[in-house]
Amino acid sequence: MNKKQLVSRLLQMLIVLIGISFLTFLLTYLSPGDPVRNMYTSAGIMPTEELVQATRREMGLNDPFITQYFRWVGNCLRGDFGKSYSLNKPVVQLLSARLWPTLKLTLMSMILMLAVSVPLGVLSAVYRNKPIDYLVRGITFFGVSIPNFWVGLMLILFFCVKLRLLPVVSSGGTFKDLILPAVTLAIAMSAKYTRQVRTAVLEELSSDYVVGARARGVKESKILWGNVFPNSLLPLITMLGLSIGSLLGGTSVVEVIFSYPGLGNLAVNAITSADYFLVQGYVLWVSVIYMFVNLLVDISYNYVDPRMRLRR
Amino acid sequence: MEKKKSKFLSNRGFMLFAFLALLIVVISICAPIVCGGVSPVTGELSEAIKAPCAGHPCGTDKMGRDIFARVIYGSRTSLLSTFSLVLTIFVVGTFLGILAGYFGGVVDAVIMRIADMMIAFPGLVLAIAVAGLLGASTKNAIIAIAIVSWPKYARLARSLVMKIRHTDFVAAAMVTGSKTPYMLWKYMLPNTITTLVITAATDIGSMMMELAALSFLGFGAQPPTPEWGSMLNEGRNFIQSAPWMMIYPGLAIFITVVIFNMLGDNLRDILDPKTE
Repeated sequence: MNKKQLVSRLLQMLIVLIGISFLTFLLTYLSPGDPVRNMYTSAGIMPTEELVQATRREMGLNDPFITQYFRWVGNCLRGDFGKSYSLNKPVVQLLSARLWPTLKLTLMSMILMLAVSVPLGVLSAVYRNKPIDYLVRGITFFGVSIPNFWVGLMLILFFCVKLRLLPVVSSGGTFKDLILPAVTLAIAMSAKYTRQVRTAVLEELSSDYVVGARARGVKESKILWGNVFPNSLLPLITMLGLSIGSLLGGTSVVEVIFSYPGLGNLAVNAITSADYFLVQGYVLWVSVIYMFVNLLVDISYNYVDPRMRLRR
Repeated sequence: MEKKKSKFLSNRGFMLFAFLALLIVVISICAPIVCGGVSPVTGELSEAIKAPCAGHPCGTDKMGRDIFARVIYGSRTSLLSTFSLVLTIFVVGTFLGILAGYFGGVVDAVIMRIADMMIAFPGLVLAIAVAGLLGASTKNAIIAIAIVSWPKYARLARSLVMKIRHTDFVAAAMVTGSKTPYMLWKYMLPNTITTLVITAATDIGSMMMELAALSFLGFGAQPPTPEWGSMLNEGRNFIQSAPWMMIYPGLAIFITVVIFNMLGDNLRDILDPKTE
């Protein structure tokens, strides 16, 4: 990616971001609950009709939609995402406190996933249609068919209730708390990723240069790790980027199961208590993170694939 | 046509899983007979939280309702909502994708930019937000997942249409005076449909799991409707005292997803000559 491409890419991201912010705001605007009443009831006050109207005026909720939207965007750009009324704290403070635990969980499950799926996928491709390949394919097939929240529950049942090895509630955020949620996330993803590694390596193995190298008597292990694997990295990195995206959203289910103090858990609670500012903030933050991850993935092509650098 | 039919019939894997999938559908339709008249929504409180026994093969929940009956009836909600979801994204995605690919220009730009926006977004995050903000119900859960899932179909349909858009036979059809709706229906759709049907068939399993995940979080089917995801959510609090409350609904999801995934894979092998 050269400078020109980078600029156009950033512009595209900006447009998408505007669209997302508009959509998020529209959603909360259209949703049936009344934020003012919710705010008072969550504080334990039964508001009178005058009080509700006065607060609505004060918060500018009677203004036209567009005015409200631009005011909200303006505030967001200044780093003010509003105040969560269910938790009575600024949204920024809440989100940033939960960001690191979720990133930690994401990273940990990614590492687990790579450690499992790269060797398995390569093995399965090299020994194609041999018993080990069938075994790997069988396991991955079941892996993609198990709902990850059920896997999480079964892991709790086994390791926490029956064996009593690990804590049921992972609210502390220590390493021990991280194990089960990360394993849960990694299981479903490894299954998918192993299949993709297998396909990518198989495709590369069937290309002409491999036949040529074999004919010249190059060692099989050298072909595999010296040529085939580096060449199949490109599609794998793309998929890795995509799976980070599905992880950011997917963690919420697992975070709820394990009561893990992450972004997803916060968001689910925010939605159940109709805490609109918090929901808006969460959706915006996560989509920005996701977009930057994808940008980094695209930039990394430059380093992985020299052809990308030469292309204009 | 004759040749295609024999291809389906001679594929043993496909026939087996088609039969199993059909069996699940029949079971869900005949739920009252399968359960022997046991109601999934009413239960005796004196029977609450009973371990699996002769009278209750999968045990009972905290309200004394029979888990087996709830799992069987739950298949209705799960199957119906999954099929409507897949059908929705299939129809909407294909339609918009074909329009974008056929007309190009502004139509293409508008549709595909919206699609990009949805793709540039971690799916479940938006789905959770949409489902939660619209209010929790099965219908809203379907809408939420449909909003984030149609772009995949639109992109696919668009790329398939673009492939044939500038071929001679399309130009010939247009020169001989075929009207636009006819072009879309008779030339564009048939050229995209196989690939899209394969995609839809292989998506059934994962869509079922996403719907179950939303229900699990409380944004899908509402009690007392039996639904596998929400049953798992109810069972979660009894993980120590009554693990059967979450074992059986989960098994039901797993088995159904396996069968539909297998069916989709076999269908792909039959219809798509490119895969081995």
